[in-house]
Amino acid sequence: MKLKTVLLSTGAALAIAPAAIAQEMADSMTLVSWGGAYQASQVNAYASPYQAMHPDVEITWDESSPEAVAKLRAQNEAGNIAWDLVDVVAADAMRLCDEGLAMEVDHDEILAPAPDGTPASDDFGDLIVSDCYIPQIVYSTTLAYRNDVEDWTGTPDTVCALFDTENFPGTRTLERRPINNLEWALYCDGVAKEDIYDVLETEEGQDRAFAKLDTIKDQTIWWSAAAEPPQLLADGEAVLGSSYNGRWFSAIEEQDQPISMLWDMQVFDLDGWIIPAGLPEDRLARVKDFVYFATDTQRLADQAKWISYGPARESSAPLVSTHAELGIEMGPHMPTDPENAANTLLYNYEWWADYRDDLDAKFQAWLAQ
Amino acid sequence: MTDAAADAPIPKPDAGDRARPERQEPLLAADGSPLKKSLQRSLRRQKLRAFGLVAPLLLFVLVTFIAPIADMLFRSVENQIVSETLPRTVVALEQWDPEQDELPSEDTFLAMAYDLVEAQELKIHTRLGTRLNYETTGISSLFRRTGRGVDDFGEIYLDQFEDLNPNWDEAGPWVDLVADEGWEHPAPFEPSERFAALMSETAAAYASFARAIQQGSDDNPREEEPWAPVHMALYHDLMRTDPGAIAAYEGPRAEMLREARAAVEGFESQPVREMFVAEEEDWLDPEVWATIKTFSPPYTPGYFLTSVDLKLSPDGEVVAQDEDQRIYMLLFQRTLFMSLMIMGCTILLGYPIAYLISNLPLRTANLLLILVLLPFWTSLLVRTSAWKVLLQQQGVINDTLVWIGLVADDARLTMINNQFGTIVAMTHILLPFMILPLYSVMKTIPPSYVRAAKSLGATNWTAFWRVYFPQSVPGIGAGCILVFILSIGYYITPELVGGTTGTFISNRIAFHISSSLNWGLAAALGTILLVVVLVLYWVYDRIVGIDNVSLG
Amino acid sequence: MSGPPIYATTPQRIWYYGFRVLCGVIFFFLIAPILIIIPLSFNAENFFTFTPEMLRFDPEGYSLKHYRDFFTNPDWQQALWNSVRIAPAATLLAVTLGTLAAIGLSQPHVPYRRAIMAILISPMIVPLIISAAGMYFFYSRIGLQGTYVGVVLAHAALGIPFVIITVTATLVGFDRSLTRASASLGADPVTTFFKVQMPLILPGVISGGLFAFITSFDEVVVVIFVGSANQQTLPWQMFTGLREQISPTILAVATILVAISILLLMTVELLRRRSERLRGMSPG
Repeated sequence: MKLKTVLLSTGAALAIAPAAIAQEMADSMTLVSWGGAYQASQVNAYASPYQAMHPDVEITWDESSPEAVAKLRAQNEAGNIAWDLVDVVAADAMRLCDEGLAMEVDHDEILAPAPDGTPASDDFGDLIVSDCYIPQIVYSTTLAYRNDVEDWTGTPDTVCALFDTENFPGTRTLERRPINNLEWALYCDGVAKEDIYDVLETEEGQDRAFAKLDTIKDQTIWWSAAAEPPQLLADGEAVLGSSYNGRWFSAIEEQDQPISMLWDMQVFDLDGWIIPAGLPEDRLARVKDFVYFATDTQRLADQAKWISYGPARESSAPLVSTHAELGIEMGPHMPTDPENAANTLLYNYEWWADYRDDLDAKFQAWLAQ
Repeated sequence: MTDAAADAPIPKPDAGDRARPERQEPLLAADGSPLKKSLQRSLRRQKLRAFGLVAPLLLFVLVTFIAPIADMLFRSVENQIVSETLPRTVVALEQWDPEQDELPSEDTFLAMAYDLVEAQELKIHTRLGTRLNYETTGISSLFRRTGRGVDDFGEIYLDQFEDLNPNWDEAGPWVDLVADEGWEHPAPFEPSERFAALMSETAAAYASFARAIQQGSDDNPREEEPWAPVHMALYHDLMRTDPGAIAAYEGPRAEMLREARAAVEGFESQPVREMFVAEEEDWLDPEVWATIKTFSPPYTPGYFLTSVDLKLSPDGEVVAQDEDQRIYMLLFQRTLFMSLMIMGCTILLGYPIAYLISNLPLRTANLLLILVLLPFWTSLLVRTSAWKVLLQQQGVINDTLVWIGLVADDARLTMINNQFGTIVAMTHILLPFMILPLYSVMKTIPPSYVRAAKSLGATNWTAFWRVYFPQSVPGIGAGCILVFILSIGYYITPELVGGTTGTFISNRIAFHISSSLNWGLAAALGTILLVVVLVLYWVYDRIVGIDNVSLG
Repeated sequence: MSGPPIYATTPQRIWYYGFRVLCGVIFFFLIAPILIIIPLSFNAENFFTFTPEMLRFDPEGYSLKHYRDFFTNPDWQQALWNSVRIAPAATLLAVTLGTLAAIGLSQPHVPYRRAIMAILISPMIVPLIISAAGMYFFYSRIGLQGTYVGVVLAHAALGIPFVIITVTATLVGFDRSLTRASASLGADPVTTFFKVQMPLILPGVISGGLFAFITSFDEVVVVIFVGSANQQTLPWQMFTGLREQISPTILAVATILVAISILLLMTVELLRRRSERLRGMSPG
């Protein structure tokens, strides 16, 4: 190591990471993420600054997050863990943690406290949904529509516009899985928000949800990658649909498409890191060093400069500033912004862990008919 | 495949000679040995050399290709996970009859407690939960939630023992009491025979605890207090052991045992079943237990049954899948239907082309053949992206139709993300596979036959239908099977242009591998598909001969 | 092309021309989708259809920007590089092993020839998704999943049937007396192989190699399962692109690939003719 690097990294380590000094650290890491704009925001906010501090650390990105559980299982079977840090949604993190494929972590030990000294576990609060999970951002699955459709009566202002083919005719686009769609269907069929999962647990409730979806089935394109809906709306192939709020943001603000957001009944979900179980000492030390840096208050706030997802730390929220290129204020585009979060749905991980296989079979059978 | 008989100039001595009885003096080869022997030796050498040339590749294909396929076939029936994760429970359930509609015995619950506490330390209980959840919804969370509390099962005993003597909640004394003298961490834990003879349940429960923490988190039993189920075992053992036997015991920490034996009669107790129910009500549901029992054998037909919309009911019978979950037969039927449609379309489009090319002068024919081969050589993804571009609502075809005025701008045709899209794109992709075999057959039909038919007064149609067409049938057969085999296993094109109604069984297989993680089901669906293809391949080999596949 | 015979009746004429028009339409169906992406790839807009400017042949409507994107975007360049790294290695492996085996198989006395042939051809017959699934599970077990070696081995296995088929085809017409003549003139088997056999079967070997190359170069399903991000090939990148971030760069890539396939096709065609000529010249 060059002297300068040593000084720089020691300086940085002394400043922020007393836990990680004097350990042998690997000088390469494989990080797994989702590709696209989201991965770019991680590169800009965490990886590049980290590499600026540690120029001899090499970072490889693997865009395998959608198949992370399957691939980690395969790596575990082979006893050959190729990944150092994996970005997954909360449900996958719980599954990986349950199966012993992710390492359990002590959040207060491996994560930086907030600038005011609040321990990490309080700063992240309820978002630590699993002992293995290090949340980064809150995102939501929500609706958006083309705002230049001529034969519409009024503008959509609730999620139930999805089912209102009279006032808002045209092709819809929804995700090709039961999660979220069934909840919205029941909600729009008059079920109170807090009863949704109780109703959905019964045979009649499921039938009711599918019956509601039946009303729009033949006007819906079912997507499997979240990048599809903005494209479909931009191309005019669809007029109303669901996707992640960050994807909509980039279509609306960055690509200037005639699309508007509809935050009503947005479904919150989390995205964050897990460390695969069974890493060798030196790689683990490097990953811990990186995670300590990449999830501190400033870094999480920085990420919001590139993508409209809310930082998972409470202490980051006030630091969220403007978009790196467009210069617009990012606060109002966060799913967590009070204005946007007036009516939200909490996604029930536990419930879906049980009913996923069952409802998925039903959903696919329903789609196929 | 005629075993290359044509180019076998060397006589086959073993075949010919055996038939003819030996009468004459044996012929001698140049070196004086009998010719017959010499020929046989040379034949053997030839065989060896030929095999030596083939062997490396054969080995290569066996390892890189056949072994993976065999491994996958195996996964479709493999089910050791249940008996490996819950060994005690599986044995205990053998006695239980699900037909009786009663819950399993207290012993079964106890076995489950021991199995589960060990499994949760090794973190394998949720994997089992996921496995069983494929069969009965809700078992996944039942295992996960119970797993969180199971190391406190028997806490009631732990508390009482601890009140009696704090050593009962210490790591060291337990090791002294149970461990074999020769045992030291990190060797796998060994209970002493003397102790196991006296208190078998406790010895087993403690050994399972010690080994689980050694293996699961690399902990030393000397530093970790045992979990509560061990105390439950201790209570059971003490209750049934005669005080005299314990008084006579001379192993380390015998005084702890004696003290506990004296007090244990006054202990408060709790049935194991109640501990389970306190955690999760669903343990009272006999269906849960019946599912475990049904799926306890190491091999299961379960995945195959699911693949054909059947299932094993909790009482072990094969019944139809719930109506709203039947999907696989539909998918197989659709795969079949679309493959047949594609096959039909390729015949309709391929036959005229092959006919035209085979009846043109060679130069023109070669030129046109290149037009057929170009798509054949073009990347599959290029062709698929082309169709995606063409068929979109805002795509070239719709634009053209709107421009001509055939279609109104607000009523553009939906040609993609449905069966139509898949059939059109795949017909295009597979058309060369129909044209080429057809052409190679038609090329060999002498035009004089048709001319003869016509000169004998047949109309054009009769001459074609009665004379030409029958001779081209082998080509149709070859092309059909080829196209059908290829289309039935297609994945990429249906995935990109098929939407929800235009997808094949392959897409579902991919889904189960990378999304739902039901690898057993993916393997079973794959096996069925493979069998269908192999049967067709066999038929093809019979009709055409696999050596005769021509590649342009 | 000459017209219908002069003695043809009117219905016959109609039929004659009608049939040709029909064939023309089918050829159009076969070729047009491939050709249409070529002009579209020069689109100045991010659309997948012809813009009014393009239809007016306004130079404003055309640009090379999608090609620029392909040549400057690190993702596409990495994918290209991965394809270039994987396909030749897989081809080399398939051709070496495949040619040896094809020569072995064409010897008169091969035990279990039928069974061996069936096994060697099977990678071409088994649906790709099944091969991919099997390899995914098995290569995971032995630690090859997600490695360069794993992908090369998998692609070599997929390319082998093509090498076997093309090389055996050239060997069927191979006159065995040539090797015997060579041997009787004192050449050892190795010399005979390189001086006599090889030149004659070379066209078959090369076109088998090209098939193996295009199989690997084009393959998506297996590489998606067996590979990891470090082995992301061009077709894989296209697949992701088509499914997710649909960008017209794909059309630029597609055009380049069409050009490559035309080149390959011409090479194979020339080789085939050469082989036929050679075999036509050989006695017997």
